[in-house]
Amino acid sequence: MAEKHTLSCVVENHFGVLARVSGLISARGFNIDSLTVSTTEDPTVSRMTIVVDADAMKLEQVKAQLGRLIDVIEVQELKEGVYIDRELLLARIQTNGAQQSAIEEIARRFGAKLAHSTDRGVVLEATGDTKTLDQLVEQLRPHGITKLVRTGRIALEKT
Amino acid sequence: MKGAQILVESLKREGVKTVFGIPGGANLPTFDALHQSTIQVVLTVHEQGAAHMADGYARATGKVGVCLATSGPGATNLVTGIATAFMDSIPMVALTGQVRTSVIGNDAFQEADTIGITRPVTKHSYLVKDVNDMARIVKEAFYIASTGRPGPVLIDLPVDSTVNEADFVYPDRVDIRGYTIQGSPPLDAKAIERVAEVIARSAKPILYVGAGVIHAGATAELIELARKANIPVTTSLLGLGSFPETDPLSLGMLGMHGFEYTNLAVAQCDLLIGVGARFDDRVTGKPDEFARNAKKVHIDVDPSSINKTVRVDYPVVGDVKAVLRELNKAITQPCDSAEWLRTIAQMRRKMPLTYREKERLLPQYVIQQISEATKGHAIIATGVGQHQMWAAQYYQFNMPRSLITSGGLGTMGFGLPAAIGAQFGRPSEVVWDIDGDGSFQMTSVELATAAQHRLPLKIAIMNNNYHGMVRQWQDMFYEGRHAASRLNPVDFVKLAEANHCLGIRVERKEEVRAAIDRAMRVTDRPTVLEFLVERAENCWPMIKPGKSHDQMAGTYGSPETDGGVPQRRQADADEESKLSLG
Repeated sequence: MAEKHTLSCVVENHFGVLARVSGLISARGFNIDSLTVSTTEDPTVSRMTIVVDADAMKLEQVKAQLGRLIDVIEVQELKEGVYIDRELLLARIQTNGAQQSAIEEIARRFGAKLAHSTDRGVVLEATGDTKTLDQLVEQLRPHGITKLVRTGRIALEKT
Repeated sequence: MKGAQILVESLKREGVKTVFGIPGGANLPTFDALHQSTIQVVLTVHEQGAAHMADGYARATGKVGVCLATSGPGATNLVTGIATAFMDSIPMVALTGQVRTSVIGNDAFQEADTIGITRPVTKHSYLVKDVNDMARIVKEAFYIASTGRPGPVLIDLPVDSTVNEADFVYPDRVDIRGYTIQGSPPLDAKAIERVAEVIARSAKPILYVGAGVIHAGATAELIELARKANIPVTTSLLGLGSFPETDPLSLGMLGMHGFEYTNLAVAQCDLLIGVGARFDDRVTGKPDEFARNAKKVHIDVDPSSINKTVRVDYPVVGDVKAVLRELNKAITQPCDSAEWLRTIAQMRRKMPLTYREKERLLPQYVIQQISEATKGHAIIATGVGQHQMWAAQYYQFNMPRSLITSGGLGTMGFGLPAAIGAQFGRPSEVVWDIDGDGSFQMTSVELATAAQHRLPLKIAIMNNNYHGMVRQWQDMFYEGRHAASRLNPVDFVKLAEANHCLGIRVERKEEVRAAIDRAMRVTDRPTVLEFLVERAENCWPMIKPGKSHDQMAGTYGSPETDGGVPQRRQADADEESKLSLG
């Protein structure tokens, strides 16, 4: 049965690595939910966090195929419960005066901030794990989200 | 030292003696430096030929093959050859010219994103942006191409990387942190122990062997395992030659056009031991049905090959040679396979590979004659199609690196340039290209290359005026509508002569052996033998798509009842007694 899995990869920090990884994923027909890449404590490597939708056999293939890339130094599957994961979300919502307070109330409950606010609308900024942000989006939706962007998951082991 | 000189010096350090390629604007500095060196440069007619020659050279010798092309169209012409090598895990380094780094991305003259275009068909690739990286990159490229699961590596060389100057220091070791385990995987002693145990318990084992055994140079270890444990051996197309077909334990090739008794044995075995093979769909048919009663062992250097198509019970990742050596130590006695070997021997006697005589000359007969004339000791290159399958069936391969064929990608036109590369790599061997008229014509321009170097190649064209395998499938699955599969007749004798080769046309069965023997005596130029063969001959037997290994189509009854001509199998003299027949 297909499930979401979080892979954390350490890759060389040079040009073309993202193209190799994304090319491999599309060429092999793997389903991914998100892929983030960023610098790390070591300037010579980057960390990619890839959320894969796959059954057990497919997941083994994704890991093995990523491992074949020369620029991929390490592939680690983060098991449920051993890691912290976060996403950043920005959402623009059209408001009239009456709605604004309702949105502020939602933001407060989710620990989100109003990153920008005018009398016609607000831009909401929130961080959290995927599930929490999914819930936030559901609650905002009735108020009219005009634009939404999420970074995709980044994850780190707890210890 | 200039970048191009550093490149050439580095190639020399890697033991490169011969390279194949074509010069052009962006790689002139490289050719100029090669021209002043001891490395032999073979000018090809087309860059695809250069890539296949490097590939054939690598397959015949086990060394890294090197091809060169200029930027843009030169590089794109290499792509089919690089992809062919990638699919069959062939060690190759491709050196492509590139426009100056300052204009990369500007759609400059003869610019193409070579790294981007070749990314899915290379093991790795490099763009040399700084001449100071040249020596390290060449060192790494050869290391990556030839270690672990081998494959092609491309180095893209912008003009400035070859004309700028740097100090030449050749690194004596590589340090690629993303490749440490792949390059030399550690041995898993426990996994090997488990395999030895499961072999000991098996009554109906089969070794299923692929090209990984040849790449690893593990033929001796394989033979030791088969004989020590008394296990019969079948090979994939690319595995042919890894185990001598004269050995009583040899079952020849399995799969879509494999032998009937071999596929039946695979369907019945209780233990299938895959060694350096990747369970390709032409071998397995429906993956769930493949050897469905058997426990499966898979020994392979590449972890991504394990469980890719067929679920295995006992995976062993590691260098095939090292794993087999350990396995041979762990196995103390033969398995209880005497009854199983008798069953297989009876099946082999009852249903040998056969064909039925027809009015016109048959390609199976021609290939059998080549096999007998060369005593199974020639290097055989092929194109792709019916003739390739007949060569696999009717030529008896006894030595590793004796079959040079495009298995994974199935590249028509591979035969002639691959044979040329093989002859350069092993000049004292007899090299044949067994080809079809469709396949041969895709790269027949390289006859000029073979003639220029007076290579004593023998090129046997099974001319049926068709893309024969396509025609066969159209007859089987498209109600005989021959959509674009008929080829206009070509006079291959004249084509040979126009290229300064000897041309011989053969129409009758009686002339076949004399023509082959005549070609074998020619030592100063290539010989093209055009065999005018039966047009409607089909390649049998066959597992049709969606069928399983015990449902082969196109099988005949026994030669006695059906009048078929059996494959004449040369076997060790004591085969019958070894298999307790008689």
